[in-house]
Amino acid sequence: MVWIRRLILIILTIFFAMTVTFIVIRMMPGDPVETLAMEMVRNQGVNYEEAYARAKSMLNYDPDIPMIQQYGRYVSGLLRGNFGESMSFKRPVVEVIAGALPWTLLLLSISLFVSFVVGIFIGMYVAWRRNTIVDPVVSIYASIAGSIPDYIVGLLLIIIFAVNLKWLPNRGPYDSSVMPGFNWPYIASVLEHAILPISAYIITGLGGWALAMKGNAISVLGEDYITAAKARGLSQRRIITTYVGRNALLPLITNLAISFGMMFGGSPLVENIFAYPGVGYFLNQAVGRRDFTLMQGMFLMITVAVVLANLIAEILYSILDPRIRQEG
Amino acid sequence: MDTIKGFFSVMNRNKQAFAGLIILLIFLFMAVIGPYIIPLDTHTNYAERLQLPSLKHPFGTDYAGRDTLSQFVHGSRNVLIVAFLSALFTLLIAFIMGTVSGVVGGTVDAVLMFITNIILTVPSFPIMMVLSMVIKISDPVTFGLVLSIWSWAGLARAIRSQILSLKQRDFIEASRILGLSLPHIIFAEMLPNITSYIAINFIMIMRGAITASVGLMVLGLVPFSSTHWGMMLQMAISNTGALYGSNAIAYFLVPVLGIVLFQMGCLFFANGLDEALNPRLRAQ
Repeated sequence: MVWIRRLILIILTIFFAMTVTFIVIRMMPGDPVETLAMEMVRNQGVNYEEAYARAKSMLNYDPDIPMIQQYGRYVSGLLRGNFGESMSFKRPVVEVIAGALPWTLLLLSISLFVSFVVGIFIGMYVAWRRNTIVDPVVSIYASIAGSIPDYIVGLLLIIIFAVNLKWLPNRGPYDSSVMPGFNWPYIASVLEHAILPISAYIITGLGGWALAMKGNAISVLGEDYITAAKARGLSQRRIITTYVGRNALLPLITNLAISFGMMFGGSPLVENIFAYPGVGYFLNQAVGRRDFTLMQGMFLMITVAVVLANLIAEILYSILDPRIRQEG
Repeated sequence: MDTIKGFFSVMNRNKQAFAGLIILLIFLFMAVIGPYIIPLDTHTNYAERLQLPSLKHPFGTDYAGRDTLSQFVHGSRNVLIVAFLSALFTLLIAFIMGTVSGVVGGTVDAVLMFITNIILTVPSFPIMMVLSMVIKISDPVTFGLVLSIWSWAGLARAIRSQILSLKQRDFIEASRILGLSLPHIIFAEMLPNITSYIAINFIMIMRGAITASVGLMVLGLVPFSSTHWGMMLQMAISNTGALYGSNAIAYFLVPVLGIVLFQMGCLFFANGLDEALNPRLRAQ
């Protein structure tokens, strides 16, 4: 019964989020027909009225239809599994997103994984050894790195490593000279191009995880069962891993799951700076070209990912934390 | 009076908060007084374009030979006003939503939290990108509004849970039995207990607002003011080839340093306040 209510709530949340983004997107000034018509006037020298009419039929979109009808059309399309056609790329929205998502996930899954794991270990270490030099170093690093937006770190990395040292490429997902496919030059090129954006994410993300873990671990260290474990003469290793580590990690699992969900949106800024064709990059393109259907599809995809990630976080938490499990 | 005294004793004890306060005060001074001391340099002089720092131009010059320092100082005013307004709007919405939700409870609570959840499921920056087109940004107020419309949800939820836990406390129970009015309970009994929490969040929201406002400008979505640091950054990236190793690097680094220093000031101040005002952290 609880789960049926939960499911209804999830569907309602997704539905309303979709509706709100639909309205916001359609409130944007200018429309894709106008953009395309202006382009045709410029490139082909036809007059504006004719270009407008042609653009209208090419896009299969009429801005004069009332918003409520457009909405009805969109929702009935969605229910039949049709996400519409991207207005500026002339391909199905699903196809555009499916092309962009792997790039975003490649960057963000690696950087999220690395910053989480390394952050956890640093946080644990600092909490266990409070009075070493590492503690202030980590705190200072976290406040400096946490102060710089990731896109600015990206720009600085480009200036240092791509432009001045010329060690790494600064734009695109892979070199244009390699053939995409399952061959070594391609994979090497992809990895090479991913290093800088991934570094930008890790540099800015690492400190936060370390500080959060440190905070949790310190409060766990104050618990009675740790004192009891020490009194029982358990090995340090055992206390750190099974007593402190597991309990301090628990609250972070929720954050991890939510970060995982947010990951699907990519980063419009970082991907734009590196000219990296992920979700954020295409979202930026879609905003610029007033590609309503593509924006709509992307927001819907992100919403679903975030909602599912929250659900997974809750389930994980109830599995991992016996206190919640008992309460049912 | 007590709160002011308490504030200074906190600043005295906590070096980090003190350093943050000093940084923020310098920026405030620069934004309020600076423009009167250093006039805005608007005349172009292409003979002196993209110079490195010198005695005449302590921060160098931009792509049209204008003084970078003067742009930086005048920009700080816009940056601070936009961030301040954005934090103010965000806080107001969050406070109203969170308090009403927590105090009234029942169906109202369920509806408001449902709305909050919807906002939370759509990441804010992409929505800001769209909103910056929908709402014509022409002055700091509209800019602040665009930045806050989609940013209040997390804070509203946190304020709600604070209110809910306060509701259980004896002194609130007592005020209710005494028959004190609801506004009195909210503003005189509950608010003082979450003031420090709200102050810390205010500063953290300002940080977020600066990151987002500069980000929107770097993407070229906000043609708002030529003297905002974000605009300087965008100009440096798109017009001067700062990324390709020219002298424009100075013009690029000045707003970057400004942003980073301001963010650090906010972070230090907020962290210090948190440590000083949060008894749980102080005990450790």
